Amino acid sequence: MITTAAPEREHYLNASYGIKSWLLTKDHKRIALLYLATITFFFFLGGAFATLIRIELLTPTGGIVSSETYNKLFTMHGVAMVFFFLIPAIPATLGNFFLPMMIGARDLAFPRLNLLSWYLLVIGGLFALFAMLAGGVDTGWTFYTPYSTTYSNSWVIATALGIFISGFSSILTGLNFIVTIHRMRAPGMTWFRLPLFVWAHYATSLIQVLGTPVIAVTILLLFCERVFHIGIFDPALGGDPVLFQHLFWFYSHPAVYIMVLPAMGVISELISVYSRKPLFGYKFIAFSSVAIAVLSFLVWGHHLFVSGQSLYAGLVFSFLSYFVAIPSAIKVFNWTATLYKGSISYDTPMLYAFGFIGLFTVGGLTGLFVAALGIDVHVTDTYFVIAHFHYIMVGGTIMAYLGGMHYYWPKMTGRMYPEGWAKLSAVVIFLGFNLTFFPQFILGYLGMPRRYHVYPEEFQVLHVLSTAGASVLAVGYLMPMIYFVWSLRYGQLAPANPWGATGLEWKTASPPPVHNFDEPPVMTHEAYDYSTVIQEEIEVG
Amino acid sequence: MADHVDTLELREQFDTAEQQKDASTLGMWIFLITEVMFFGGMFLAYTVYRRAYPDVFAIASSSLNAVIGAINTGVLLLSSFTMVMAVRAAQLGQRKTIILFLTLTLFFGGMFLGVKAYEWNEKFQEHHIPGQAAFHLEGVAPSEQGHAQLFFSLYFAMTGLHALHMVIGVGLLSFLMIQAAKGTYSATYFTPVDVAGLYWHFVDVIWIFLFPLLYLIDRHLGKPL
Amino acid sequence: MTGHIDSIKTYVGVLLALLILTAVTTAVAYVDLGPFSVVVALTIAAIKMLLVALFFMHLRHSNQLTKLVVLGGLMWLGILLALTLSDFATRGWLGVPGK
Repeated sequence: MITTAAPEREHYLNASYGIKSWLLTKDHKRIALLYLATITFFFFLGGAFATLIRIELLTPTGGIVSSETYNKLFTMHGVAMVFFFLIPAIPATLGNFFLPMMIGARDLAFPRLNLLSWYLLVIGGLFALFAMLAGGVDTGWTFYTPYSTTYSNSWVIATALGIFISGFSSILTGLNFIVTIHRMRAPGMTWFRLPLFVWAHYATSLIQVLGTPVIAVTILLLFCERVFHIGIFDPALGGDPVLFQHLFWFYSHPAVYIMVLPAMGVISELISVYSRKPLFGYKFIAFSSVAIAVLSFLVWGHHLFVSGQSLYAGLVFSFLSYFVAIPSAIKVFNWTATLYKGSISYDTPMLYAFGFIGLFTVGGLTGLFVAALGIDVHVTDTYFVIAHFHYIMVGGTIMAYLGGMHYYWPKMTGRMYPEGWAKLSAVVIFLGFNLTFFPQFILGYLGMPRRYHVYPEEFQVLHVLSTAGASVLAVGYLMPMIYFVWSLRYGQLAPANPWGATGLEWKTASPPPVHNFDEPPVMTHEAYDYSTVIQEEIEVG
Repeated sequence: MADHVDTLELREQFDTAEQQKDASTLGMWIFLITEVMFFGGMFLAYTVYRRAYPDVFAIASSSLNAVIGAINTGVLLLSSFTMVMAVRAAQLGQRKTIILFLTLTLFFGGMFLGVKAYEWNEKFQEHHIPGQAAFHLEGVAPSEQGHAQLFFSLYFAMTGLHALHMVIGVGLLSFLMIQAAKGTYSATYFTPVDVAGLYWHFVDVIWIFLFPLLYLIDRHLGKPL
Repeated sequence: MTGHIDSIKTYVGVLLALLILTAVTTAVAYVDLGPFSVVVALTIAAIKMLLVALFFMHLRHSNQLTKLVVLGGLMWLGILLALTLSDFATRGWLGVPGK
């Protein structure tokens, strides 16, 4: 059904036209959409590599690609997904778009720095893309030395440069968010009236700012070692490859919380609005976000349990790793408690939120298994670990990302997505995901190593199930691509507040005006106060 | 839609000039702690290897000229002094004085870099460049030449990264000079001078640690034969 | 930073202190202090850092948040160093996992 718009009101999408108005924009909302395009590209690129991996793993003796090529496939899958999709995804799209609006500001503190952040991601991405097209990199996304510094014959330097540059994108975004939240809240917007989405992004920004520089310098040293042959990690000179691993994981462990904290922030919003209840234990959730950010920096050695790291240090890291699970668990309890006696709607975003809670719980519990040093010695470098982190990053983060995209789509575009198709794809994704990754827990426990494409015949059934699941998952991810684009022209026009949500971002038109608010907002009530909102009924489907 | 002011002193995203100044200053401080972590990775590598190879590191350190290093440190400290004087002049709205002190800061910064280049050249002459076949450090056994290379890898990586930051600083200060000459800064708006000053001082603080850690390891042992 | 404008005398005083400390740390390096050499060197460097931060960077006039940011940054560097060294310093204390 085509709906024609009334004489168009000016908003951020139509206020100016032409490529320059997008590529030189200072508007955080336009920058968010620029990011959306970039990360979507890298998501499908990473997905393409995953498809090839899963096809190769259908048979025990490989055969479609050589071992060298297989090494490149899983490396590039990891690089594309981690650095160019998961790390920027929620903060740079939903965070950029909605953080200023949620606090009642006209833009971020440093709009031009925000645009620079996007360019840095693109330039870094181009380097990585070049490396992939020119022949690929085969070191694993973890770039362990001395293979990456001395022995690999692949495009290590180009990829390393790409990651180095994109790291600064992350740092500057985090810096921007921290200053914005501290200095640009509207009158009446005290810290404890902030949406929990904002608290989540604040905690994420702390990690981005404190952790990313360390991987930057690590990659710089890797680069120097490979190019100038100065040996910092070279055992032949007395260097220690484990030092590389310490430096790498000092960032890369907190990095996984860069990926999951914003997702938790989205879930907090979704659970509240679709239960029509304030979140249970607001302060606990807020403080848990910051606690996760802090604790995440104290556990990285659990990636080094079998590296030759001292057993004493391993015990310390194992012990500390249990603590970081506590604030995450507190959040899951609080979300669940919010549902109790809530008025629950099952709109698509809520389906994703339910999916998140279940899958994140599985991922989190299996995280405890691998945090136990004794168990990890058995399952490290097996598919158990792969299943664990995919439950969190795909079952968790990507579900929350899709939930957030559906939730905020009306606000960003002024159009509703088709609810029927959206619900269907959420279910397809959930089923496809579990079929893909649950067999991998079993595979890993039985001993299937990661990064191998040749395996004992008895594992084939589980691999076939996993690949079948991946096909279903792929269909599930393609569906929103299609109907979101469709909705831009044919979707129902969205009112300012289709979900009856609280929060300043819902008090302005859909799509919002260039400077977000026609009148400077003042926050006069507590967060998630539904008595202040009149539910606008919309026809769905 | 309301018309928003957008000047250097008050950008449209801010409500007051003071809010803007606060935000800019906070932003620069946060950036500086990212730099602490950035250099920190190298300080970690240094610590690990100095603990592992203390004797070789002492010999390697003594091959550096401590007097030149100390004088260069003094030069950089002087540049920090002239930088804060430039900021002070900006606070007082004294255009010509800003330019004077920025010029002096650039002068001392350039001098530091020049001395650094000289020192690096000296290392090249003495075959102390890591990764080269001709590398050899006197007074160290053949089996430990690799450890000596580690010292020099860190020496060049750390002083190199520091020098790169100085060069960026020189670029920033040159830009400030041009703006100051145009009369852009006044007692009510001099934030760029202020935050550039913070950056410059930070680069100085890094050197304050690099100097003793690289040049002054166990000097009491004296030079080997 | 609020309207505090420090005097030229203050800045000159800090500069002189910094230059003197530089000379001291250089001279002391030639004295045999055993394991305390590095402690003395780092202490002097830390004092110089504080002088630059408090006076040249106006940290003593800055607000609480700025001071917290600086403290946090230094703490985080401390975490990186301490926890990594907890590995290197204890190698061989307890053996190898899985054996």
